[in-house]
Amino acid sequence: MDGSAATALSDADADLVAELLSGSHRALARVITRIENRSPGHRGIVSRLHEHTGGADVIGITGSPGAGKSTLVDKLAAAYRERGDTVGVVAVDPSSPYTGGAVLGDRIRMGSNVGDMDVFFRSMSARGQLGGLSMATADAVKALDAFGKDVVIVETVGAGQNEIDVVRTADTVAVLVQPGSGDDIQTLKAGILEIGDVFVVNKADMDGAERTLAELEEMVHRRESPTEGLDTGHHGFDVPDHPDSDEDGDGGDDADGDSASAEWTPDVTRTVANTGEGVEDLIATFDAHARHLRESGEIEETKRLRYAEEIRTLVRADVGALASAEIERHGGIDALSEAVRRRETDPYTVAADIVAPIEACVEGVERDANEESLSN
Amino acid sequence: MSVEQEERAIRCLVAKVGLDGHDRGAHVIARAFRDAGFEVVYSGLHRAPEDIVQAAVQEDVDVLGISILSGAHNTLVPKVIDGLKEYDAFDDTLVLVGGIIPDDDEAELKDLGVAEVFGPGTPMEETIEFIRNNVSERA
Repeated sequence: MDGSAATALSDADADLVAELLSGSHRALARVITRIENRSPGHRGIVSRLHEHTGGADVIGITGSPGAGKSTLVDKLAAAYRERGDTVGVVAVDPSSPYTGGAVLGDRIRMGSNVGDMDVFFRSMSARGQLGGLSMATADAVKALDAFGKDVVIVETVGAGQNEIDVVRTADTVAVLVQPGSGDDIQTLKAGILEIGDVFVVNKADMDGAERTLAELEEMVHRRESPTEGLDTGHHGFDVPDHPDSDEDGDGGDDADGDSASAEWTPDVTRTVANTGEGVEDLIATFDAHARHLRESGEIEETKRLRYAEEIRTLVRADVGALASAEIERHGGIDALSEAVRRRETDPYTVAADIVAPIEACVEGVERDANEESLSN
Repeated sequence: MSVEQEERAIRCLVAKVGLDGHDRGAHVIARAFRDAGFEVVYSGLHRAPEDIVQAAVQEDVDVLGISILSGAHNTLVPKVIDGLKEYDAFDDTLVLVGGIIPDDDEAELKDLGVAEVFGPGTPMEETIEFIRNNVSERA
């Protein structure tokens, strides 16, 4: 594929990638900064890293503020380290919409892993807009994956669409709930419930934990039924067992594949992150989910969907930037909107004028391609 | 096509190191930095020099602000600086120290590579201005 200028790599960046792959913490940190800054050349770096990714289990952790995410992540990281896995953590905190400033406080909770360089903990702020955060997070996860981390944990407040997009870059998503938060669960119903593969009632030594557990159990099982009927017809992407066999031969033996792709029922577990209680069980659940994804082949579909989303986001961002440049060329958005206000023109006409040259270019390319294929 | 807009922010680590439980100053600084548009990572209390180095390297901060009120700066700050050098992170990290530092010690710390020492009563704007003017340009 023609990577063109966008993914070209300068010598310095090539060195940076080589250093990262050979295990330099400094290089890894610097690459993540480049990704966060969306600085020139970061695309080349990430596209070079892509072939080295895929080795890590990516786990997303979300929940309301104060649910105990950071504390749990700390204990999880320590437990993974205990069994010999290396860990990367990306912790996302909100930034001020006014100044862009942020206090990234998750690191304070990382008490169990200070001094252990095999836990690479990185705080990120919700900079920028429109899919930028999930893109940056996904790229940072790739950097940690390529670096060779066995497990990468992405932690974020489950507050809005932005955050949900972030945890969706993970293979396994855990939603943290604290006891006695009936209202919390009400809000969870709306969006976050659908994305959880595991629900964790943290602070399970508090009053009301049993009730919260029961409520979650009920909700999880209630959500199963409505989708049941919709999901039966899915045997679209099965990898054929015998690539050499003729195409019409195996109409009958599909049953096998269908039973393997049995639905994952979200697990509801309990932890006390402060003491580490339940953390082992939670890791066992994460492992079980990862196994389920692999054995059912769901992981391939998940990844495909994720990359599809990534491609769309990138293309949209690039075309959007082209359009912004066109807006400038047409006198800037202020002048254009003022003209609309004075009834000299209307938004549709303005938009059409701006897009016309881009459209013309695309058509030109198509025509060239057609002529080429005709002449061949 | 690199039409994408770069979104750079100044990243700071506000660090408390050693047996010093006074973090009001660090909190005030963290807030002021945030309001100045910086991204602030706060280390929490009672960190060992190695912890601070780990955090500074992993977070790839532009500025490391060490707050010390315990009088142990001559022991702790050199350890942090050595650690940064070990990870090749010293050259482009602006190291600042805040707290109660005698003049003689201040000169010594600056020899070690501390960019500036801010004593009690330093106006917040002065510190922020200093960072804006001295933070190293990175590729």
